[in-house]
Amino acid sequence: MQITSHTFKANGVKALADVDLQRALGHVEKGFIEKRQMAVDALPEFDALRDRAVAIKTHVLKHLDLYLETYAKAVEAAGGTVHWAEDADHARRIVLDIARRRNAKTVTKGKTMISEEIGLNAFLEENGITPIETDLGEYIIQLRGEHPSHIIAPAVHVNRDQVEADFRRVHVDLAPDRDLTEPVLLLAEARQMLRQAYGKADIGITGANFLVAETGTSVIVTNEGNGDLTQLLGKCHVVLASIEKIVPTLEDLSQILRVLARSATGQEMSVYTTLSTGPRRSDDPDGPEEYHVVLLDNGRSNMLGTEFEEMLRCIRCGACMNHCPVYHAVGGHSYGWVYPGPMGAVLTPSLIGVDKAGHLPNASTFCGRCESVCPMKIPLPKLMRHWREKEFESHLQPRAQRWGLGVWAFFATRPRLYRLATSFVVPLLSRLAGSRRRFASLPLAEGWTQWRDLPAPEGRTFMQQWAETNGGEDLV
Amino acid sequence: MTASSRDAILSRVRHAIGGRVHDEARREVVAMRLAEAPAGVIPARGQRPRAELLELFCTMAGRASASVTRIAGYDGVPEAVAEWLRAANLPATLRLGADPRLAALDFSATALQLSHGASSGDDLNGLSHADGGIAETGTLMLLSGADNPTSLNFLPENHIVLVHADDVVGDMEALWPRLRARFGKGLMPRSVNFVTGPSRSADIEQTLLLGAHGPRALHVILIGD
Repeated sequence: MQITSHTFKANGVKALADVDLQRALGHVEKGFIEKRQMAVDALPEFDALRDRAVAIKTHVLKHLDLYLETYAKAVEAAGGTVHWAEDADHARRIVLDIARRRNAKTVTKGKTMISEEIGLNAFLEENGITPIETDLGEYIIQLRGEHPSHIIAPAVHVNRDQVEADFRRVHVDLAPDRDLTEPVLLLAEARQMLRQAYGKADIGITGANFLVAETGTSVIVTNEGNGDLTQLLGKCHVVLASIEKIVPTLEDLSQILRVLARSATGQEMSVYTTLSTGPRRSDDPDGPEEYHVVLLDNGRSNMLGTEFEEMLRCIRCGACMNHCPVYHAVGGHSYGWVYPGPMGAVLTPSLIGVDKAGHLPNASTFCGRCESVCPMKIPLPKLMRHWREKEFESHLQPRAQRWGLGVWAFFATRPRLYRLATSFVVPLLSRLAGSRRRFASLPLAEGWTQWRDLPAPEGRTFMQQWAETNGGEDLV
Repeated sequence: MTASSRDAILSRVRHAIGGRVHDEARREVVAMRLAEAPAGVIPARGQRPRAELLELFCTMAGRASASVTRIAGYDGVPEAVAEWLRAANLPATLRLGADPRLAALDFSATALQLSHGASSGDDLNGLSHADGGIAETGTLMLLSGADNPTSLNFLPENHIVLVHADDVVGDMEALWPRLRARFGKGLMPRSVNFVTGPSRSADIEQTLLLGAHGPRALHVILIGD
């Protein structure tokens, strides 16, 4: 897909003016936050399970090479094939090779963010293979020619009436006067269309929420059942997974599942948690003839052992974006690539480079809500700050910003000079503000005043006021 | 290509975490962790006497929008199935696998028309036997194979699942030792399906709707007490 992370600011401005989008984004705040809180409150052990989940993933990352070997051996023992993919291009070619060998024309797909990351759909289409998304949200955005705007609710930016219009535009074989006014009717229509697709597919592609090293098992968690039909009815099941998805044992899987469902959708447990191990057995009446796993690195091994290693604990629940005021305002597409919100602000620069995605870690007030709800306790604000530092060190910010930061740093590291300067500027600004006590525009501060007024400072600096209330005692 | 990519990825990972190829101590740590498979934090909710556990299982399944009937023994299954289909105003047809526990049922007193094998996609009602139930969340565990074809879990419009009280445990962790005892450590059936309520989606305006791609209704029959 076309990466537009470098135009985040312009994307955001457009998003703020998009009436449909703003209406749709209201559902994120209403839908997810309360449900998650209720589910968390109903489980007294939730925090202990979070700590346990963190410990499991930390342990895995410390021994990831050994767990990957164990996992791959178990997959092969169960009759499956493991493909190691260095990067997006490599992963795409592996999938195409499988498709070519099987003479595949149609591919059904369960929800997989790795597929988005490697741009698989466009690549398959270029090579004459038709991908069909089966998750309702993914299906909707495929019809619209869009990309997901949320990692678990891909069509959260779309309103019901837009879905109706898309279905009428694409499903031209159905009666034009049919009733599609209720979401349930739209769901029924998508179900009917996709039912025809599953069995005809030559290959079913899914992602994986987890890979279990002990048994060579891939795990998907869904509510619709589309991922299950995709992998069950396709003649060949291809799992796309990144290398950090490993958990050691089935018990570890069970522990993390508890925090995943609650953090993602506020459910006690998702409707379908499906463990797949190898292809159809000799006495199985159904299931795929072949089972492949594409293990994708694509920059992740370079995060190991760095300050960004903690990001590899992420289980893609989406809680951070559900609770992010910036995401609520601009939506997922503004982030310009596959992973939006706070997790995207950390992961995207790691995977595509901070030169292309430097805006993302800057799009945060560091309010800390993301970290407070993250089931894997990833210190997202701290990691965003690391990216800001790296960006500054590599001279990637615009000249004016670097200059401004330089000036500020000069004063900030010289407290007496800082206080002297502010003791002049603050009263001056206070006087200039007039009776409104606000600035509608101010030279050098257009970035702020373009969108909102700048409140005028009170007549004296904090330090001056502090000194007064403390009997003139100087604290520094 | 793939073999060298494997080595390249593993060597980058190994280098990043500071491990050596023959790091015996680390290998031992990993082998121990896999062998011991510690259970971790088990919520108190599912840890209760059997009668209460079965009650909890039914309550939680109900909260996930499944319906539940409790009967004393397998003798009551045909009538319970027929009764639920009647009450839901559904045709008296049933698709099921080769599970001996299902084969032993006598449906002759009902008007049900049975057919056997994997689902072709046009079955209205499917019947499966679960091999486990989780009280904590009202979840069923179904295993693939000729006994209970996986397609029956997903393709029929309505799914009826039997589970025996002896197979209902407090938490998911308690099922794994049972599975290992049956299939062997590290070995699994092709598919283990955990099912909690009927299929659903909230992809349109975050409105929760039942019956997405899987069954629109899930009916659980709990056998024994």
